[in-house]
Amino acid sequence: MINQYETVFILSPILSIAQAKEAAEKFKKVLLDEGAEIEHEENWGLRKLAYPIKHKATGYYFLIEFKAKGEIVEKLETKYKYDEKVIRFLTFRMDKHSIAYSIKKRNMNKQKVEASKVEVNKVNKVDKKKEK
Amino acid sequence: MAQNQSEIRYLTPPSVEVKKKKYCRFKKNKIKYVDYKDPEFLKKFLNEQGKILPRRITGTSLKYQRKVSKAVKRGRHLALLPYVVDMLK
Repeated sequence: MINQYETVFILSPILSIAQAKEAAEKFKKVLLDEGAEIEHEENWGLRKLAYPIKHKATGYYFLIEFKAKGEIVEKLETKYKYDEKVIRFLTFRMDKHSIAYSIKKRNMNKQKVEASKVEVNKVNKVDKKKEK
Repeated sequence: MAQNQSEIRYLTPPSVEVKKKKYCRFKKNKIKYVDYKDPEFLKKFLNEQGKILPRRITGTSLKYQRKVSKAVKRGRHLALLPYVVDMLK
């Protein structure tokens, strides 16, 4: 039975951005090696935590949505547990409403990015005209 | 005499409470999924200490109250929302 899962993990802020990205890639590779299909990924960057975890006030947040069999979740979570860089993680199965919500949100973000690009282009054009 | 009895005068005008009908904001706005990643939205369902408000105050229907509570708990686990705090708002 293939389900869609969403996993979020927080990496320790001691790491540099490059190191954090590398660690995130490693977990992505774990999923790909197990035959999971990655639907979507997000990098929220360094965020403030609502309460200190292991005496840390910030952390790198990463989100991955993937389609896979249930056994893979267990494997992924053991990997999380053995990795000292991971300070928190959460994995859960998405239901139809959360999948619809996530797709809608992604599309909205895309539109926003495109709209901002268009605006930037417009501004650039106007600037060029002024220069002329 | 009869007229005087019918005219009851109050020193302070009687306060007649006009009860506003509570409604479930998820049903009204057709929200199907409560997102745990949006702490600002979830704060509407918390009191100042970060406790989840009961249904009788927020008016949320049972179906969505369950989803709200799940979302809040996920948010707390991921340090998006606090477990205990003073003066959240």
